[in-house]
Amino acid sequence: MVEAAEVVIDVEGLVKTFDGRRVVNNLSMQVRKGQIYGFLGPNGSGKTTTIRMLCGLLVPDAGRGTCLGHDILTEARQIRRRVGYMTQKFSLYQDLTIRENLEFVGRLYRLDHPRDRASAAIERLGLNGRDGQLAGQLSGGWKQRLALGACILPEPDLLLLDEPTAGVDPQARRDFWTEIHALAAEGLTVLVSTHYMDEAERCHEIAYIAYGELLVKGTVDEVVAGAGLTTLTVTGPGVVGLPRDLKGLPGVDMVAPFGLNLHVCGRDRAALEAAVAPFRGRADLTWSEGAATLEDVFIDLMSRSRDNFK
Amino acid sequence: MSAFSRFADSLGRIWAMMIKETIQLTRDRVTLATMISIPVMQLILFGFAINTTPHHMPVGVLMQEESDVGRSILAGLQNTDFYDFKLVTRSEAEFDAAMRAGDILFGVEIPAGFERALRRGERPALLVAADATDPVATGTALGALDNVVKLALVRDRFTGAETATAPAFEIRQHRRYNPAGSSQLNIVPGLLGTILTMTLLIFTALSVTREIERGTMENLLAMPIRPTEIMLGKIAPYVVAGFFQAALILIAGLVVFRVPVVGSFGLLTFLTTLFIVTNLSIGYTFSTLARNQLQAVQMAMMFFLPSILLSGFMFPFSGMPYWAQWVGEILPLTHYVRIVRAIMLKGADLTDLAREGLALTALMLAAMTVAVKRFRVTLD
Ligand SMILES: Nc1ncnc2c1ncn2[C@@H]1O[C@H](COP(=O)(O)OP(=O)(O)OP(=O)(O)O)[C@@H](O)[C@H]1O
Ligand SMILES: [Mg+2]
Repeated sequence: MVEAAEVVIDVEGLVKTFDGRRVVNNLSMQVRKGQIYGFLGPNGSGKTTTIRMLCGLLVPDAGRGTCLGHDILTEARQIRRRVGYMTQKFSLYQDLTIRENLEFVGRLYRLDHPRDRASAAIERLGLNGRDGQLAGQLSGGWKQRLALGACILPEPDLLLLDEPTAGVDPQARRDFWTEIHALAAEGLTVLVSTHYMDEAERCHEIAYIAYGELLVKGTVDEVVAGAGLTTLTVTGPGVVGLPRDLKGLPGVDMVAPFGLNLHVCGRDRAALEAAVAPFRGRADLTWSEGAATLEDVFIDLMSRSRDNFK
Repeated sequence: MSAFSRFADSLGRIWAMMIKETIQLTRDRVTLATMISIPVMQLILFGFAINTTPHHMPVGVLMQEESDVGRSILAGLQNTDFYDFKLVTRSEAEFDAAMRAGDILFGVEIPAGFERALRRGERPALLVAADATDPVATGTALGALDNVVKLALVRDRFTGAETATAPAFEIRQHRRYNPAGSSQLNIVPGLLGTILTMTLLIFTALSVTREIERGTMENLLAMPIRPTEIMLGKIAPYVVAGFFQAALILIAGLVVFRVPVVGSFGLLTFLTTLFIVTNLSIGYTFSTLARNQLQAVQMAMMFFLPSILLSGFMFPFSGMPYWAQWVGEILPLTHYVRIVRAIMLKGADLTDLAREGLALTALMLAAMTVAVKRFRVTLD
């Protein structure tokens, strides 16, 4: 059990229904102070909806919980003061300049000297000399950077980042994550949703959500180990036609190409071995024992949950 | 936290919102252009329409007698360019047909025995029949007729100049088709209210829906600002814009149309501000009710139409059925038209206008209440 004082997000049994469809179902999660918590799941799985419930932008149909010690159902205002929420879609004012956007945020949060704060943020973000540029004219990477800058300007205690790096180049993503880690080191708690596996691996803890259900949570190692997947790696010229032959065989839960390799995974080791036995002898294939990756686990989770929902 | 610092915080957030809205307004060229072009356009259009001197009004004369007086009147009418003689006839049937067809807008009938009666001092009647389906046009022509005839008779010495006070004849008007007629004194005051209603409603009707459509609302709602603060911050910059428009129209009214401001300028400014804020609040309310910008504009239009028709600007308020008057009473334009007419033309003071001022205040508060209640602080 974690100590209560350390828990920044503590929610239980959250449910959200849109037009009779359960988009988030019975979701519970705890995030500790200073953690970077990754939130993963396929499109439409309810990540954005959950984040919105955490900062009071959506009212859950059922469930309860606290965010920064404030009740998410009744104290949305207090939560908003101390949370920086970066929306999935850029939602600063496109017809305002970088500086004007930052000053607006500063004034709304009643910071002293919003002008100086904006200047400092511009400096920190490396946006020097561009502060007069309209936000709408920035490239994707700079927009994300500005949005993050606006989020952290009021010095929040919790950051909720909804796919902050979607469509951003690798260098910018790396910079972004360096910044996030620096912020976490200062004591900021970060909940970040993403579709990138490498980003998931940079998180202290992750949660995987599909069809509104939180399927697994824990550290990356825990999640991979908990999945109990056996992964075989196949290489060689014969790999090309192999997925067609393997798919659907009993015991083979997933077949996925990784570059020149093929990952063949199964939850039941014996069944998997039995299924691939006929292919073991082929000269154009080399079989080896691989380690399941996070991606293997997620793809497997996704296909399983899809089966459950049919 | 003390009440004072809470209040200061609140003002600070409203201020932040105002600055943001003002910057956005100055970058929005289309809105800026609308703000200036609508009053200018309307003023130019109405500038021609409310030209009160008739020009080349088609006229017919029915001569029931051949007399010097008749000829003198005819010559007098011809000497101005107010009238165009389309018809001089002795046949009543022909005269009536021309009027029905709209070939003549009004006709002068010199009855048999007019000259004799005039010489005897019997104050004979000169009959004037007017097509009052266009009351503004015929009204002004009728007004001018009185003078023209008088001048002609004095010039030709049928009557003395002293008859200006007690004319030797009587002009008996017969307004056909629309006996009520209407005055056009109210056009500039009405125009002031109409232009403000039209533009201000649209400005704020777009404000919330625009944020929702552009996706910026999600960010705004995630920040610690209250619905009332958002509303006030969004309305305030447009008060200045409305002020600018009102000044433009008033100056044009003074300079071009020579409509004086008889009453207090300060009072007019004060009540105009109230009217501006009321309209902005109503527009803002639409913005919180509508799902998108198109719906918001449609709502504004639905509100604008009855405002024009039922406010007493176009048609006399007293002539409307009770239900329409009742609807008219809940339209800010109705009260404002009364206010502006009373101040500009009659020199009314605040005590005279307390009722209208209170009505505007009530409408403003009602709109603001609905807006704040209807404002969705969540994305549900
Ligand atoms: N306001 C709404 N009204 C109706 N349905 C909604 C609403 N918001 C979200 N949904 C639906 O809820 C489901 C979950 O949406 P959500 O945005 O939470 O998913 P997500 O995990 O963030 O997906 P993505 O990775 O694509 O961003 C989707 O099917 C979406 O269509
Ligand atoms: Mg999302």
